Amino acid sequence: MGKHVVVIGAGPAGLEASASLAKMGIRVTLVEKDEIAGGHLKKWHSLFPASLPGNEALNAITKGFNEYVTLKTDIKITGLEVVNDYFTVSGHNGWQEKADAVILTTGYQLFDARRKEEYGYGIYENVITSADLEEIFASGKPLFKGHTMKPERVGFVHCVGSRDEKVNNLHCSKVCCITAVKQAIEVKQLLPEAEVFCFYMDLRMFGRHYEELYKEAQEKYNIQFIRGRLSESTEDHDGNIVLKVEDTLLGKPLRLKASLLVLMVGMEAATGAKTLTAMLGLKEVSDGFIQPVEETLKSNYTEIPGIFVAGTCTGPKSVADTLADARSAALAVAEYLKS
Amino acid sequence: MRLEGKRLIWQDYQKEIADDHYFYARSCIRQTFFPGAEAVFVKILKDELGKDIYDEQHHTSCTGIGYHSDVVPFDTTMTVVARQFALMTAAGYENYAASCVTSFGLYTEILDTWHHSPETEARVREFLFKATGREFKKPQNLAHASDIIYKFRHQIAAKAKYKLVDKNTGRPLRVVEHIGCHYSKMFPHKGIGGAEYPYVLAGMIDAWGGEVIDYPERRHCCGFGFRQYLVQANRGFSLSCSKKKFDSMEPYEPDMIITNCPGCPMFLDRWQYALSEMEGKTYGKNDHGIPVFTYEEVAGLIMGYDPWEIGLQVHQVPAEPLMDKIGIPYDASRKFKGKNGEDLGIPKVPSYLKFYTD
Repeated sequence: MGKHVVVIGAGPAGLEASASLAKMGIRVTLVEKDEIAGGHLKKWHSLFPASLPGNEALNAITKGFNEYVTLKTDIKITGLEVVNDYFTVSGHNGWQEKADAVILTTGYQLFDARRKEEYGYGIYENVITSADLEEIFASGKPLFKGHTMKPERVGFVHCVGSRDEKVNNLHCSKVCCITAVKQAIEVKQLLPEAEVFCFYMDLRMFGRHYEELYKEAQEKYNIQFIRGRLSESTEDHDGNIVLKVEDTLLGKPLRLKASLLVLMVGMEAATGAKTLTAMLGLKEVSDGFIQPVEETLKSNYTEIPGIFVAGTCTGPKSVADTLADARSAALAVAEYLKS
Repeated sequence: MRLEGKRLIWQDYQKEIADDHYFYARSCIRQTFFPGAEAVFVKILKDELGKDIYDEQHHTSCTGIGYHSDVVPFDTTMTVVARQFALMTAAGYENYAASCVTSFGLYTEILDTWHHSPETEARVREFLFKATGREFKKPQNLAHASDIIYKFRHQIAAKAKYKLVDKNTGRPLRVVEHIGCHYSKMFPHKGIGGAEYPYVLAGMIDAWGGEVIDYPERRHCCGFGFRQYLVQANRGFSLSCSKKKFDSMEPYEPDMIITNCPGCPMFLDRWQYALSEMEGKTYGKNDHGIPVFTYEEVAGLIMGYDPWEIGLQVHQVPAEPLMDKIGIPYDASRKFKGKNGEDLGIPKVPSYLKFYTD
């Protein structure tokens, strides 16, 4: 009987780490709290910067699965104990496995946009989140509820729940700027006559081809980028969303109407990750994400030998970075199991 | 608009409001602007609800207007407020009820300051003792008077003779609720419903049969805003604020406006007259304005109090069209008569805004 690894969380990181371990001939049990694996990616229509469809990405990852991988869904972890030199992982329905190593790939949760009460999410029909927009793209449903102004006008608000001391999130979620650029272009492609605005603090185009996409958004699609934070949104008599925002480059307040307002919701530490951190007695950090033992050289290791971390449970990452991080964790686990 | 979204937010912003035994501190300006409002509050609490309310005569201004206009330093303000608390303590009360929204905001700010900085509280206690020989306990419960009416809104509805409903059509009246900025914008958890979607007045409107209007400039200041108005050169800005609100609410054809702040009804009422004189524009149909009320006046009206007893004749925008809609009777010949029947004289008739007299 070879070594056995339990991977907790079957989003992109958990799937990729499991596939990588399986390719190395290491037996893996991948546990997922939801009924279907895939995490947030299963609801995402397409990925930046090259518009790779989300389902294609998921299929490609799970192609790496072989007989060494056992996927267990609909299991909520209730216990994770270190017993001598192995780990016992328990689930809510009596499920239990012993493991020589564990990888935590518990991911993130989306910021609940209702916490920014002044933006009106959950109250005004045409205020939606970036995640809602991906679902709309995937389903082919209409972008707007009710009738809308012509030409249509769509606003994207960056940094909703990120870099915002008022909601106790100081961190940047990294992916929202480029996601807004991608989604703004997609809206323009669907509705060429529409006016599209992005309201931003800074534009953090750190990845390869991100800057090019941002330039294309301006030059080819005429998307307007306004540096300023939205102060409030309301609904007018005709169901349009009324925005109050400051243009900090012009130094002027703006008031404009929109058919649709898209809130670029950030990433927060998942509640499940916090529970596991507490079970293991790992150090709690202020942003709630799991703290690796060291962030540059040991980014997949925790203070407990045999417990590894990968993906967005240690902080916001793009899907590409998550997959690379998962493969890195798989290598670290393989090395640990040999020792 | 999804009401359930607002209901979720309202659940997060509920607060404890004392059930009885209130120490009542009046507003500096309300008895001039809307002279019946505070009297109605005291009457409803004492006579209708059987509550114990101590109407203190010796308190002063909280200095809020001076404080927010940058002419009274915070240490002075805190010491004056400490004296109000000392009067409450001396009278044997623990539940402070502020008539004024600015006072309520200021008391909240001061109690929060003392919570985070006990050394500041100790210093203020020393100032007060040296100046007056007084000592005080902090209130066990601090409420704005509108919180108290909100708390008893269903009891008031049960005793009411009228509803906020058009008697001819059965349609709920469309009501604009306007909350004073200092009620919950500074400390959202101290206001019923929070800062973005306050429920304190909306709850009364719901309980009394009306329908709340959510219009784009709902959160905007009424135009009082102290420095906008007190500094004469800024007064155009004050008028612009009110105009922005009226223009925004007009498409919803509101039947009335209800407010909970001393300044808001004053400005939303009087500036309708000023705007009509300047531009010939009125915001209601057939040269009517949109009648503006304090929440106490509305409570008094639906309880069947005489409209001239509760001071509705001093409103610039006449209340008669609203009373006609609800079916509240009134004696037009007594509108400008004093308590003893003395004729107080008829004010100058506006050029555009429809005026009502006998």
